[in-house]
Amino acid sequence: MVDNNIVDNKKFIVSHAPFWHDGSRISLRNYNIALAAFPAILLGIIYYGMPAVGVISLSISSAIIWEFVFCRITKRSNTIGDGNAAIIGMIFGMLLPATAPWWLVIIGTFVAVIIGKQIYGGIGASAFNPVVVAIAILMISWNNIFDFNEALLNYDLDFAMVYPLAALKHFGVSAVDSFSMGDLLRGKQSGGIGSTFGLGLIAGGIYLIIRGIIRWEISLSFLAGIFITALIFNLTDSAHYAGPIVHLFAGYTLIGAFFLATEDSSSPVNFIPMLIYGAGAGFLTVLIRNIGVYVDGVIFAILIMNLVNPLLDKICPKAIGKVA
Amino acid sequence: MIKRSFIGLLKPRLEYESIEDTPSLKQIPASKEITLLSNCPFDKKKLLLKKKAAVKTGQKLLLYKESDEYVVSSVTGKVSSISAYSGDFGRSYTAIAIEVADNEEIDDGFKSAAGESKDATLETVKNYLAFAPGNPPVKLFADKGKSIDTIVVCCVDSDLLITTNQYIVKSDMDAIKNGISILKTLTGVNDIIMVASRGQMHEVSATGEKVNQVNDTYPSALPHLIMKDMLGKVVPAGKNPEDIGVCFISAEAVASIGNAFNSGQIPVTKIFTLVKKDGSKSLVSARIGTPASDIFKAFNITLSENDRIIFGGPMTGSSVYSADHPVQPDTDAIIVQDREDIPVISDYPCTNCGDCIRVCPANIQINLLVRFLEAGLYQEAADQYDLYSCIECGLCSYVCLSGMPIFQYIRLAKYELGRANTAEAT
Repeated sequence: MVDNNIVDNKKFIVSHAPFWHDGSRISLRNYNIALAAFPAILLGIIYYGMPAVGVISLSISSAIIWEFVFCRITKRSNTIGDGNAAIIGMIFGMLLPATAPWWLVIIGTFVAVIIGKQIYGGIGASAFNPVVVAIAILMISWNNIFDFNEALLNYDLDFAMVYPLAALKHFGVSAVDSFSMGDLLRGKQSGGIGSTFGLGLIAGGIYLIIRGIIRWEISLSFLAGIFITALIFNLTDSAHYAGPIVHLFAGYTLIGAFFLATEDSSSPVNFIPMLIYGAGAGFLTVLIRNIGVYVDGVIFAILIMNLVNPLLDKICPKAIGKVA
Repeated sequence: MIKRSFIGLLKPRLEYESIEDTPSLKQIPASKEITLLSNCPFDKKKLLLKKKAAVKTGQKLLLYKESDEYVVSSVTGKVSSISAYSGDFGRSYTAIAIEVADNEEIDDGFKSAAGESKDATLETVKNYLAFAPGNPPVKLFADKGKSIDTIVVCCVDSDLLITTNQYIVKSDMDAIKNGISILKTLTGVNDIIMVASRGQMHEVSATGEKVNQVNDTYPSALPHLIMKDMLGKVVPAGKNPEDIGVCFISAEAVASIGNAFNSGQIPVTKIFTLVKKDGSKSLVSARIGTPASDIFKAFNITLSENDRIIFGGPMTGSSVYSADHPVQPDTDAIIVQDREDIPVISDYPCTNCGDCIRVCPANIQINLLVRFLEAGLYQEAADQYDLYSCIECGLCSYVCLSGMPIFQYIRLAKYELGRANTAEAT
C-alpha cells in the first residue's frame, strides 16, 4: 500500500481488543480494603492507644519491607506498589493484641509475606491466605501472646476486659452471659486490635460486598455456617454450648468473614463452591471452638478450607457448547 | 471509555448504542486514491489484474488465475499498484490501489448479469455481491456442504458504539424488505429471523418476518448468544452458527443485496460510525477503500504518536498500524483513541479474583484457562479448560483486575493451535 505521509510517519499503538478496560486495578482494590478496615482499626486505637498504633504501623511497614527485600533478592520487579503487602500487614496487625512485642510482629509479617505468599509465586499464587498462615504459625509457637486476657491485663477500660471465647472455653456458658449483643458489636470485649468492633467490621464488609471486592457468597455462608452450627450445639445442650450470638460476634468471626475467608487467591470463584467453602469454614470454626482444644477456630477452619478450595472449584457450570 | 469510578459503587453496564432519530450522515468526498483489500494472499505469478488497467465504478475485478476471488471497484480510475499487505495473526491480503479519475463511469457488468427482469439467482449474488457493504455471506449460500435452514438478520450492531445497522433500518427499510425477499427466493430458506433492539421492534416488525428482541447490554447481540438465547440452539465449542445451519447476515448486507437488484448497481459506499478522541460519534458514508486518513481530514482529527486507530468496535475490533488503512466492506466503526486513554496492559499474574468468571457469557473457567495460556500449554487449555467455548466477546480482558490481555491470549492460542493442526494435516 502506498504510504502518503512518509515524511510524517507516525507510529500508532497496535495492541489487541478489547480497547477498553473498566479501570479496576489491584492497587485500587487494596485501597478499598484498607478503607473498609479503617473503622475497626480506629476503635482499636481509641481503646488501646499508642501501643495499637505501634503494632499496626510496624506490621504494615515490616510487611512492605519484607516484600521489597524479597523482590530485590529474587530480582523481580518491585511489587509493593500494588498494596497487597500493606494489606497483609494491616490485616495481620488487626488480629494481634495491642501489646504484641515488636519481634512477634516482624516475624509474623515475614511468615505472611515470604512464606505465606512469595514462595508460592507471589500475588495470586498462594494456596493459603498469607495472614492466616502467619497467625496460625504464631499461635502455635507463642500461644501465650494470643491469650488476650493475659495480654491485655494492664488495660482498664469501661468494660470487662475478658476475651469472650476464652471465658467460654474455660468457665462455661455462664461466663459469657454478661456479654450482650450490643456490647459485642460496639467492641466492648477484649481481643485483637481490629477484630473486636463488630459494627465497624460489618460496615466495612458491606462496603466491600457492594463494591464487588469481596464475594458476598463467602461472607454470608461463613456467618450462616457459624450461626447454624452454633445453634445446633446450643439446642442440643445449652448448658455446655453458648448460643450463636456469642459465636457470631466474638473472636475472629467477623474479621474472618469479611477480611480473611474472602482473600482472592485462596478462595473459590464459582457460586456453589463459594457457598460450600464459607459454610464449611463456619462449621469447622464452631466445631473447633466447642469441642477442639483451641479457643478460637476461625484461623484453622479457614486454613483447612483453603486446602480444599481447588477441589471445590471443580464444581463449576458447564461451558457453553462443550461436548461431553 | 466506560470506566468504573473510585467513588461509584456499582460496576458499569455496557449498553449498546441506540439511535432515536435518523442521524445525519456525513458524506466523505471522493479520495484521490483508494485501496481495496482482498483476503487472498498476494501471488505475483497468478495475477490477472494488470497495473494501469482502467476500472469503472462497480466493476468486478478478478484477481488471480484459477480462483474466483474478486473485489469490486468502488471508483472509476486506473489501477496504480497491486501489492501484498499483512494484517494481524499473519493474515496476508492483496492490496489493489486505484487512482481515482475525474469522471465517474458506472460498470454495467452486474446489470447485464442480473438481467432486465431483476431475477436474482444465487450465481449472480455469489459472483457480484461478496464485496458489497456489510459483507453478505454469499459463499455460505452457495456452499453445498453447509445446508442453511435459518437466516438471522441482525438489525442491531454486535459491538458497542456502532450504529450502522440501526441507521440502515431507519433509512432504508425498503431495501431490507427487498433484500429479504430476494434471499428467500434464491436460497429457498423460509425461516428468516430478524433480531432487533427494543426501540426497533416496531419498525422491524413491518417486514412481516419473525422478530426477536435482543437485550440492550453487551454481549447479547453476538451471534453465539443470539443462537443460545433466541434460537435455543447451542453452537458446539469451536464451531460456527453456519455449521449447524444458521446463517447470520447484517441488515446492511441485506440492504446491499436489495439495493443492488433494485438499481442494477453494486453498492459501493460503506456506512460506519466514526468515534473521535473526545468520544463524540458521527455517522459517515464513504466509498469502500477510502483511506482512514481522508476521513480524519474531513473531520479535522489530528493524530499524534502513540494514538490508536481501531477498525471495528471497542470490544472486538482490531487496531491498525497505518492511518491509510482503507475502509473495508465490513468496517462498521473507526475509533480514534488518544494515547492518554489507552488502558495499560500489565504482566501481572491472575489474582484469582473471579471477576472474569462472573462476567463470562460462556461459563469458561478463565482463571484456570489463563494460567495454561500464559505458560503456552495451548493443547491442554483446549482439552481441559474449554478454550474453544470462548465466543470472543472480550469481557474478560475488560474486567481483569490485573490488566492481563486474556482475550489476546485466547486468540493467540486458537491461532497457534489452528496453525499446528494445518501443519499436521499437510
